[in-house]
Amino acid sequence: MHRHTFSRKYLGIPYAVFLLLFVVAPLVVLIYYAFTNGQGEFTFQNLTGFFSDPNTLGTLCYSFGIAMVTTAVCLLLAYPLAFILATSKLKGKSVIVLIFIMPMWINFSLRITALKEILTWLEGNLAYHPFLNTVLGMSYDFLPFMILPIYTTISKLDGALLEAARDLGAGELQAFLRVTLPLSLPGIMSGVSMVFLPAMTNYVVLDMLYNSTYIMGSLIGSYFAAYNWNGGSMIALILLGIICLFTLLTGGAEEENTRGGALL
Amino acid sequence: MIRKVWRWMVIIFVLLFLYLPILVLAVYSFTDATNIGAIRGFSVHNYVTLFTTPELRSMIAGTVALALGSALIATVLGTMGAIGSFYSRKGMASAITTMNQVPVVNADVVTGFSICILLVVVLGISKDTYIPLVAGHVTLCAPFVFLAVIPKLKQMDPSIYEAALDLGATPFTALIRIVIPQIFPGILSGFAMAVTLSLDDYFVATYTKPATFDTISTYVVNATKGAQTTIKTALWALSTVIFLLVVLFSAVMNIRANKEERKTV
Repeated sequence: MHRHTFSRKYLGIPYAVFLLLFVVAPLVVLIYYAFTNGQGEFTFQNLTGFFSDPNTLGTLCYSFGIAMVTTAVCLLLAYPLAFILATSKLKGKSVIVLIFIMPMWINFSLRITALKEILTWLEGNLAYHPFLNTVLGMSYDFLPFMILPIYTTISKLDGALLEAARDLGAGELQAFLRVTLPLSLPGIMSGVSMVFLPAMTNYVVLDMLYNSTYIMGSLIGSYFAAYNWNGGSMIALILLGIICLFTLLTGGAEEENTRGGALL
Repeated sequence: MIRKVWRWMVIIFVLLFLYLPILVLAVYSFTDATNIGAIRGFSVHNYVTLFTTPELRSMIAGTVALALGSALIATVLGTMGAIGSFYSRKGMASAITTMNQVPVVNADVVTGFSICILLVVVLGISKDTYIPLVAGHVTLCAPFVFLAVIPKLKQMDPSIYEAALDLGATPFTALIRIVIPQIFPGILSGFAMAVTLSLDDYFVATYTKPATFDTISTYVVNATKGAQTTIKTALWALSTVIFLLVVLFSAVMNIRANKEERKTV
């Protein structure tokens, strides 16, 4: 009688199949391609090639450099702002926060175009300051992703802790350094991972600002353009390794999901 | 007093950084200048070009259609996945959650490239079928729908569903009439996220799209490499239109949220 009893848990099956097909299977294929050559023979050549070529190692270093400076700039801008917004008693604060988040919803390539026009006007020729322009472009693109998680974390801080610190004789600076800052660390971590990883891979920002130096993402792009699936897969795999490492370091279990521009 | 000045200076500085480029471009989109800095007369020719050039119109329509279509599929899949995994045994639920997390933390370049390799290189599906492109965008978006729905399921009072069953509803009816309405705000914000992610995507589209199809992102990136000024300045107009739409949409959402807040108070 109950051959086809409906149960809510069966609803998960299509999605599980979908994830296996479009998330797990591509990764398996990626690993296969990374460790084979054009003839389908097993090889470590792609891996050793990456780590013995000064050009690709330079690219890795340059990506790290761009990503670290971008993250630092975003943090230096976002933290004071998030702190001021979260601790202010302004009316209609949610509207002000919304204004800082809104750029997330404007197409990034159009925003970079706008920045490019301004920088061209200011600098004359973009080619003079490729590193500076790239860092500006990336910070401009990713800043909202740093502001939102830090703001959310500081807003949720228990005010009683700060009062307790004051009652116990802490000055304002001391209360900030020993209570607010450590407690806002999860927000900082989540913001850092939202900025650092895209900054290593988003090569379009460099392309659009006429920075011809490669970052890790550009390598995938150039292998893709040359139909070299094996080389591209190895770069993708190395990037995946970096992402995994990074996610572990920043305690990636953060449920905070701000990339899609969490609607306030 | 000094502190107050400092606070406002930080706020204004970041605001200028985020908005000055878009606003300057918006002003210049209403002139016939081809470079920022040149002072020229008022003109709406950029807007005329934007809305009359067939290439630009089909690119915009294609981007919107792709975003809405893949967001719809992603929302159905992600919502079903969230409900299914929420009521599954622990092993199954954590398997789905782990797989779901991969596209969320992964770089879009890697997601796009790996889907291209599987579907196009290994399985030989032509990019012209749009299957790789839609599959790529659904993969990019569905995990965020999943993440938006799960918290709503956790907040839900399970006894209402059981009451419905006790009163004779079939599990399916109870799902449609009890569970779905309660998690609907999560589904809606998941859908909105999916649309914005798809609209903003460049990397997945580049690796999976048919050669003749362009999204706003891929089009803009290619257009900035060329030197065609009419197209370049028409894109300033596009940037302004999108900016105004985002402002309008945010204002409407904010007013609605305020109204609901007042209702509940």
